[in-house]
Amino acid sequence: MNEDKRRQRTKMVTYPSGAVIPERDLGKSPVLECSHLGIEFGGLKAVEDFNLVLGRTEIAGLIGPNGAGKTTIFNLLTKVYQPTHGSVLIDGLDTQSMTVVDVSKAGVARTFQNIRLFGNMSVEDNVRIGLHNQIKYDMFTGIFRLPRYFSREKQQHEKAMELLDIFNMADLADAKAGSLPYGAQRRLEIVRALATNPKLLLLDEPAAGMNPHETEELMDNILRIRDSFQIAVLLIEHDMNLVMGICEGICVLNFGRVIAKGTPEEIQSNPVVIEAYLGKKKEAGQ
Amino acid sequence: MWNTVFPYLLSGISVGGQYALIAIGYTMVYGILRLINFAHGDVFMVAGIIMVYMSASGMPLWVTIPLVLILTALIGFVIERVAYKPLRSAPRMSVMISAIGVSYTLQNLVLYVTGGLNKTYPTIPLISQTVTVLGAKTKAVTLVTPVLTLVLVLLLVTLINKTKIGMAMRAVSKDFETSQLMGIKINSVISATFVIGSFLAGVGSVLYFTNYPTVIQTSGAMPGLKAFVAAVFGGIGSIPGAVIGAFIIGIMENIIKGLDVILFKSGVISAPLGLSTFSDAFTFALLIVILIVKPTGLFGEKATDKV
Repeated sequence: MNEDKRRQRTKMVTYPSGAVIPERDLGKSPVLECSHLGIEFGGLKAVEDFNLVLGRTEIAGLIGPNGAGKTTIFNLLTKVYQPTHGSVLIDGLDTQSMTVVDVSKAGVARTFQNIRLFGNMSVEDNVRIGLHNQIKYDMFTGIFRLPRYFSREKQQHEKAMELLDIFNMADLADAKAGSLPYGAQRRLEIVRALATNPKLLLLDEPAAGMNPHETEELMDNILRIRDSFQIAVLLIEHDMNLVMGICEGICVLNFGRVIAKGTPEEIQSNPVVIEAYLGKKKEAGQ
Repeated sequence: MWNTVFPYLLSGISVGGQYALIAIGYTMVYGILRLINFAHGDVFMVAGIIMVYMSASGMPLWVTIPLVLILTALIGFVIERVAYKPLRSAPRMSVMISAIGVSYTLQNLVLYVTGGLNKTYPTIPLISQTVTVLGAKTKAVTLVTPVLTLVLVLLLVTLINKTKIGMAMRAVSKDFETSQLMGIKINSVISATFVIGSFLAGVGSVLYFTNYPTVIQTSGAMPGLKAFVAAVFGGIGSIPGAVIGAFIIGIMENIIKGLDVILFKSGVISAPLGLSTFSDAFTFALLIVILIVKPTGLFGEKATDKV
């Protein structure tokens, strides 16, 4: 459905600071600002001087060879790792002293490269866990089954079903999450992440293990999610078809450093990228 | 035959219920932190001591008992915050040593307060009175225990399966990091686990010590150990497992205690053999056999590494 829409390139504009964001997001404050972000593990610089500004509804890609530090950046953004350098602002808030939970509340959600669902629990329960901070009641309400318990549980069920409907997964609500096919598990992880009501969705290799048809569907779904939830998406992906197809801005990482930034067209024609990344890949493919 | 066995079976069910209430604390904490909380038996003992001093102060029982339960829950909460939380990212062995430290601290504190004397446990009229069940005379607590245990276990199981905090507990027990990314505060969830576990141990303590005349600083060791065995027996981490394990161990232990009498009265042996001495050894022998046959216990999950 979105084949044409995807080809319609977003007009990118430059902030006075030099950051490039989609023109439609210009009036709003950016959702994510990383400046000089870095982390060292015992002297090894895993990520160095990482700068990125994301517009409110931008879809951006983070690409680079294995071990370039892409997932490390996700861990820095979610505060699983404490940065040793630089700063991260989520929706204008400095995450320096935030915990993982605070970042989740501030509006960042992620999926994992190696799926980390709660495999023993039902599909619906996985989504409900994502709703943990959205629909609340205290422990005593739960123990004594006060009326509030029933109304909140009902609300939670309805919200979970509504979210599952995004991927037409409502009929799988009672299935065990761990027993779903691979592609469905990836989709469920996205639903669970959306349940936390994020402003910024981080997707770590969402298309890994998907066939071309599923990947096409996923691209449409990412666009649809962005449009209906009005959120920003930052994704790590090796599937160039997906990256070039839906990303508006792309950031190329190698050995923990940004080697190129730009629109898909700019990246595709950037000699540094071709040499460091795409070129190598072509060789390996032949 | 039945008349001889029945009283032992009855007290076995009762002791089993008391073990179950303690065992839940072990199994829940293990489920979430992968920690054997060695101090749990001592929390149970401290609940007994608090009860002794509270009732000595002359307060009515309907005030004392709830107060004892609340204080016990509070002790569990404080222990976790002081001794385990700072070690959250330390190797599991360190936390275990910390637990052993807490265990001895509690015992020494009680020794200091009581001077090492046996403290007489107060009589709770409602559950201390003698009743007759199918011809067997016993204390009312024998009947109250299994019923109360089952009610509490059912409440707990619905809490875990049907409510938000229960869902958060299940999530945290599987994956700390992902739970945090979902906005779950793992420290609150862990605290809730300790509060629930200690509260149940407090209930168990009131029921258990009613059957015994006195409490002393080492009173928690044996029931604590038995409850731990019950939790491992049932598959540590599993609540139904701990409860069923506790009942099996309680019943077996009491049948062995009465084995001499049972065999003597049914004419199998002509003189007592002194088998009852082995009731504790039997408990542990049973554990060894079960673990050889089923290493993860009756309802244990397959051993998987926590990511």
